[in-house]
Amino acid sequence: MKLKTALMGAVACMAMAPAAYAERGADGNVKVLYSQAVSIMNAYLSSGTKDVEVGSLVLEPLAGFDQDGNVIPRLVTEIPSVENGGISEDLTTITWKITPGLLWSDGTPVTAADAVFSYEYCTHPEGGCAQAARYEGIEKVEAVDDLTVKIIWTAPKPNPFTAFVGATSPILQKAQFAGCLGTAAPTCTEQNFKPVGTGPFMVTDFKVNDVVELAANPNYRDPAKPAFATMTVKGGGDAAGAARAVMETGEYDYAWNTQINPELQAQMEAGGKGKFVSAFGTLVERIEMNMTDPSSDLPEGERATAMHPHPFLSDIRVRKALSMAIDRNLLVEVGYGNAGRATCNLVPAPAIYASPNTDCIAQDMDGAKALLDEAGWLMGANGVREKDGKPLKVLYQTSVNAVRQDFQALIKGWWNELGVEVELKSIDGGVFFGGDPGSPDTFQKFYADVEMYANNFDGTDPEPYLAQYLCDKAPSPANGWQGENINRFCDPAYDALVAELATTRDMAKRGEIAIRLNEMLTKDSYVVVPLVDRGRLSAHSNTLGGVVLNTWDSELWNASDWFRIK
Amino acid sequence: MTDTSVIEKPRSQWADVWAQFKTHKGAVAGLTVFVLLILFVTVGPFIWTKDPTFINPDAVQMIKTRNKPPSWEFPLGTDQLGRDMLARMMKGGQVSIAVGLVAMAISILLGTLVGVMAGYFRRLDGPLMRLTDLFLALPLLPLLLVMVMLFRDPLARAMGPEGGTFLLIVFAIGVTSWMQAARVVRGEVLALKEREFVLAARSIGTPSRRMILRHILPNVVSPIMVAATLGIASAIITESALSFLGLGFPPDFPTWGRLLFDGVDYIQQYPERVMWPGIAISLTVLSVNYIGDGLRDALDPRIRGR
Repeated sequence: MKLKTALMGAVACMAMAPAAYAERGADGNVKVLYSQAVSIMNAYLSSGTKDVEVGSLVLEPLAGFDQDGNVIPRLVTEIPSVENGGISEDLTTITWKITPGLLWSDGTPVTAADAVFSYEYCTHPEGGCAQAARYEGIEKVEAVDDLTVKIIWTAPKPNPFTAFVGATSPILQKAQFAGCLGTAAPTCTEQNFKPVGTGPFMVTDFKVNDVVELAANPNYRDPAKPAFATMTVKGGGDAAGAARAVMETGEYDYAWNTQINPELQAQMEAGGKGKFVSAFGTLVERIEMNMTDPSSDLPEGERATAMHPHPFLSDIRVRKALSMAIDRNLLVEVGYGNAGRATCNLVPAPAIYASPNTDCIAQDMDGAKALLDEAGWLMGANGVREKDGKPLKVLYQTSVNAVRQDFQALIKGWWNELGVEVELKSIDGGVFFGGDPGSPDTFQKFYADVEMYANNFDGTDPEPYLAQYLCDKAPSPANGWQGENINRFCDPAYDALVAELATTRDMAKRGEIAIRLNEMLTKDSYVVVPLVDRGRLSAHSNTLGGVVLNTWDSELWNASDWFRIK
Repeated sequence: MTDTSVIEKPRSQWADVWAQFKTHKGAVAGLTVFVLLILFVTVGPFIWTKDPTFINPDAVQMIKTRNKPPSWEFPLGTDQLGRDMLARMMKGGQVSIAVGLVAMAISILLGTLVGVMAGYFRRLDGPLMRLTDLFLALPLLPLLLVMVMLFRDPLARAMGPEGGTFLLIVFAIGVTSWMQAARVVRGEVLALKEREFVLAARSIGTPSRRMILRHILPNVVSPIMVAATLGIASAIITESALSFLGLGFPPDFPTWGRLLFDGVDYIQQYPERVMWPGIAISLTVLSVNYIGDGLRDALDPRIRGR
């Protein structure tokens, strides 16, 4: 017994060792590969994920998101809430308290004035701030004292964690950027390439669209971090090449966004040099059912509008049967491997908004056939179901993409078995997602019976995303085919519930309503048929420890915790 | 007066051409390969009756038959969804070869017409060659986009999605690839027009129509043949590019070009998947080129018989 205890103690000591002996800069250099090269460090001047993420190593927001989508403090002492008085009762103000004694990498103190300045920088009327959406609905940002920032909203804001939260709204140093407001912003090369920050690293050398050299920030708030003295972020190549550089040649420690086919993933992982890590956000590949008639016999202007309901997809039994015939796990296996999982939800995350519904996962071909029989679609002579002499024939469109074409072929096979004739169509992504009102092939016009694509929402709050399915948001000639309600779904009960969500403050209640809304679109009506919850896939070498993938914030959000496994 | 000499049986021109063609080893090999390829895609599906779009509905079976190497059950292996590659190659070849031949025929017809007209009639030369320049300057892809957008739906309704797409694609490729042929033919015609035999024909009052058909066209056959053989190759490649952009055939409709593009993702793990369609396209192009080469030699009376 004693020996076992002693051994366990020894094991525990060894496990603790890296943390206990951690010392800033003890682990030398770490090499990171981004298949898209970094062109700027300032997130306000670029909407590119790669720029925002690498920039987050240097510039930090007041608070960030962890891997579960929870808000975590970065430059502040605690997260404001109604309970601790940080958020006013009427939800119109939020007050952040900056950690005392916090220093910029040049040794000067971080103050509330810097936060106010960052707000002014991004909302300057003459500047083109890429992240302006983070600051929407703000009336005023003021510095109550040196360490207190107060945001006043124009209207009650149930979700106030937009401004200064997450890698897309970092705090800039006022002293450094003071001369860079408005039109001058893009011309401040030195500031944009080598910003003074509070993050674990600071830029020592910046080569545009090539390589960024960083060194540990001597004034970082945790004296033991980061473990690496220097970091090299190299850019360029493609996803497969990046994966290879980590998994096969071992040239790099970490590769970003290595989306490759499942078999190649397995083959590379078998090499034993590194592993793939995946994390799931809100990106869902789905089939959308058209509730209006897309027939080309209808005159332009009436085609695919609410004037003509769909001849057979307006029957829920047909929609449900089409959904039941799909084997989602097989789709994941063929298309995404570790980077995907079958889902029945439009909102798969964060946890409080995700419905526990898994009814659709198991394929039920017999049930689907019975449902179509019940709906009056009986098997015709040539294997195609008919009703009133009309064959059950769907046009199924999506964008050009190898995985989507495989999905089309598989789903066509299942639907054919069901007795549904399927015509496939694939459209160049630039046209399909281009939104040109003159083109008949955009996903908004939806001149097809069903279509497949993926979409997600920004941040952790699904309200704007669910509000896309309101009756009046349907694309039509009247609004130039702009509108997010692609299916032309229209349910007054749904609209009422969305209105209720907009005024609900209690988080638990919000979660309940969001789950309800999600189910109204999916398992109650089968208007949206979710297929695969698509994750983010990155690769790191076996000698790099501490990597936790995060889809709610920058992927490099915890680079300060990374260490070398020896 | 008695003449004892025996009158030789007159030889037909085409027998001569065939006799000459047979002496060109490359051309005979090319013709053999081309005929075999055509038999492969036309008669093949009656012998090898697997459905090229069949995906095993049983998930477990489907996973098991994915990405198989060549075997007796699947002589060319299977693709990432377990579909039989041999059946897909046959089906794909029907489309690719048909597109290549028909599009080539359209473009050669147009090119020869424009070239001969421009070369023979001085008054038409300016306008027709400017028209050629205009077509050369048109950006091909946006033009095809517009054509597909305008005509796909009406054609698909009239002839079904596959027939409509076929007509649209061969027509689109045909009307956008005749310019090179027109230029070459015009140059040849301009040179021929000054030759003595043309002058002689004109001096006995041969009308223009007869002149073109009888004296000019047979003499520009060789450049047309060369242009035609190259045209087949580029038509097959253009069709692949169109399919890739989603402007071509429905995505589950195999063509050699689409098989090639589908295989590119797996080139490292399963190189044979790009090799089969690649070899088929190369063989078609090469064999047609050799046939063209042999035909040119056989059709030229100065080379014939040497």
